[in-house]
Amino acid sequence: MTIQQTLNSFRTGPDETGHFGNFGGRFVAETLMPLILDLEKAYTDAKADPAFHAELASFHTHYVGRPSPLYFAERLTEHVGGAKIYLKRDELNHTGAHKINNVLGQILLARRMGKTRIIAETGAGQHGVATATACARFGLKCVVYMGAVDVERQKPNVFRMRMLGAEIVPVVSGSKTLKDAMNEALRDWVSNVEDTFYCIGTSAGPHPYPMMVRDFQSIIGKEAREQMLEREGRLPDSLVACIGGGSNAIGLFHPFLDDPSVQIYGVEAAGHGVASGAHAASLNGGRPGVLHGNRTYLLMDADGQIAEAHSISAGLDYPGIGPEHAWLHDTGRVTYLSTTDSEALEAFQLLSKLEGIIPALEPAHAIARAVEIAATKPKDHLMIVNLCGRGDKDIFSVAEHLGGME
Amino acid sequence: MTTRIDTRFAALKAEGRAALVTFVMAGDPDHATSLEIIKALPKAGADLIEIGMPFTDPMADGPAIQAAGLRALAGGETLHSTIDLVRAFRDGDTDTPIILMGYFNPIYIYGVETFLKDAKDAGIDGLIVVDCPPEEDDELCKPALNAGLNFIRLATPTTDEKRLPKVLSNTSGFVYYVSIAGITGAATPDFGKVATAVARIKTHTHLPVAVGFGVKTASDAAAIAKGADGVVVGSALVNTVLKSLDADGKATAKTVSAVTALVSEIAAGVRAVKK
Repeated sequence: MTIQQTLNSFRTGPDETGHFGNFGGRFVAETLMPLILDLEKAYTDAKADPAFHAELASFHTHYVGRPSPLYFAERLTEHVGGAKIYLKRDELNHTGAHKINNVLGQILLARRMGKTRIIAETGAGQHGVATATACARFGLKCVVYMGAVDVERQKPNVFRMRMLGAEIVPVVSGSKTLKDAMNEALRDWVSNVEDTFYCIGTSAGPHPYPMMVRDFQSIIGKEAREQMLEREGRLPDSLVACIGGGSNAIGLFHPFLDDPSVQIYGVEAAGHGVASGAHAASLNGGRPGVLHGNRTYLLMDADGQIAEAHSISAGLDYPGIGPEHAWLHDTGRVTYLSTTDSEALEAFQLLSKLEGIIPALEPAHAIARAVEIAATKPKDHLMIVNLCGRGDKDIFSVAEHLGGME
Repeated sequence: MTTRIDTRFAALKAEGRAALVTFVMAGDPDHATSLEIIKALPKAGADLIEIGMPFTDPMADGPAIQAAGLRALAGGETLHSTIDLVRAFRDGDTDTPIILMGYFNPIYIYGVETFLKDAKDAGIDGLIVVDCPPEEDDELCKPALNAGLNFIRLATPTTDEKRLPKVLSNTSGFVYYVSIAGITGAATPDFGKVATAVARIKTHTHLPVAVGFGVKTASDAAAIAKGADGVVVGSALVNTVLKSLDADGKATAKTVSAVTALVSEIAAGVRAVKK
């Protein structure tokens, strides 16, 4: 596309008004506008402060367990018989997913801003658990909004959050899933403007969230780049990551966006298939619209009413996607594919059996496409798949689907 | 250019009283009943009418207006049928200002230019679009002003002195002061603080200032009317619609009259305050 040819860099966005091309922006109620301007200023200050980075790095090392390994999946590679597949093991982080990378950054920022009450939305519960964890660590009050449907299907995480001292508010409005949890968190923020910090879990929402969350998650790609250079003496040839809102994916992708030799694949959740209408693939099955503070690709009807997403993975069950992904899709820099529920379940079992690693259902979507792409590549092709979460939380729902409970 | 909104506020100023602005949801509980309600509002004492454009994800609204929007959507209301609603209202009323209120996505999907043209043709006078702050004025605000519609802005307790001029730029018709930092239908505001805020806004603009969020009764309305040029009532009316419905959520013989009765009561509160 022409945009790609005229751009010098894919890594300079967003512009000062929070836009990635035509996507992003700040579509919020006036009550919140001064708050997100304050947040932007506080984040800009923190970003320029070495003490902030030093504190975050120290928590990465001693609390999260970073850097996460870049693991050569030897048996999976043999099984596929194509590209050499590496897994970036963010599922080994404290709390079991990449979510903690972003949460620690935002909570340290909230402390700098003097905020004492943290709110968050969560779908699968991984972001909620990470937020509850960081709040426990710093003695902050934590309120997590979670769709009533998700509270039911992610019980282990609900219990974990309660153990960590968070208050869980089941959201019964709308479709009772992640998008409604986000609406309710925004309503809370509008009503508690003085003391409250909204810790958004994905690279979406009004500016500066998509940029800030991406920056905090970019530790994944920075590490992966160094690790691959050390292991193989060169950059990877391809990257694969799953996408709901897209924070793990943008975290892996961003440090490689200006390396044209690196092919980049994002994998959306196709649910029962994009053609079925029951899916969460905003790029492959949606169109641009405005929701939750930003313009991006959304699932909706002809009247602009937001549709309910469907995915076996609660973490991908969102009818939108981060605005930077929308832009990377339109510019053609990243290729966005999709994986159905049943393909994800197969990949879930494949990785468990071949590598002794039970992935979360979210990265199982990435594994499914990675295996397919790797099979078409030569043996010297280096691929990194982001293993952004572990599957402990999913074993009960997977057992239900596979009939393994008896 | 003088609009129906300008004319109405000027007339009420001459009369020495504040305006009663009533909010109801288009298509709630069904299209025909909502048209009946809207047609009955001026006679009941409404000076301006805000019509909610239903949206699945109304992030600044409380439970009452969220539920009203979902009732309307379940009944098949769309942005196209909402514009038709106003066209039908204009058949019998060419004076009462009509303002559409809602969220940007349905307008964006309709197509901004087409929407503005259709809205103007149908007799719509102004827009309040909650998720279009001044930072996004190029999206809808400026095109709306160019199309001859009023673009009414929300000012809130978080809009400080420094930001106020930005909020008041590119705006017309009136300024909608949100009485609380919160969602629609929430707590009753502190009337003293509201009066101070309205006075502060008035030092920055010649536009009328209407106050909404949390106004539930005639006495709330009267308290607000002392300092403001208009009082907005929304969730209380929407709740009245809800209470009038039968067990299946359908309109009953009482639906329209229950709403007009409450509007009359609140209008009396507003009109009792002479200025």
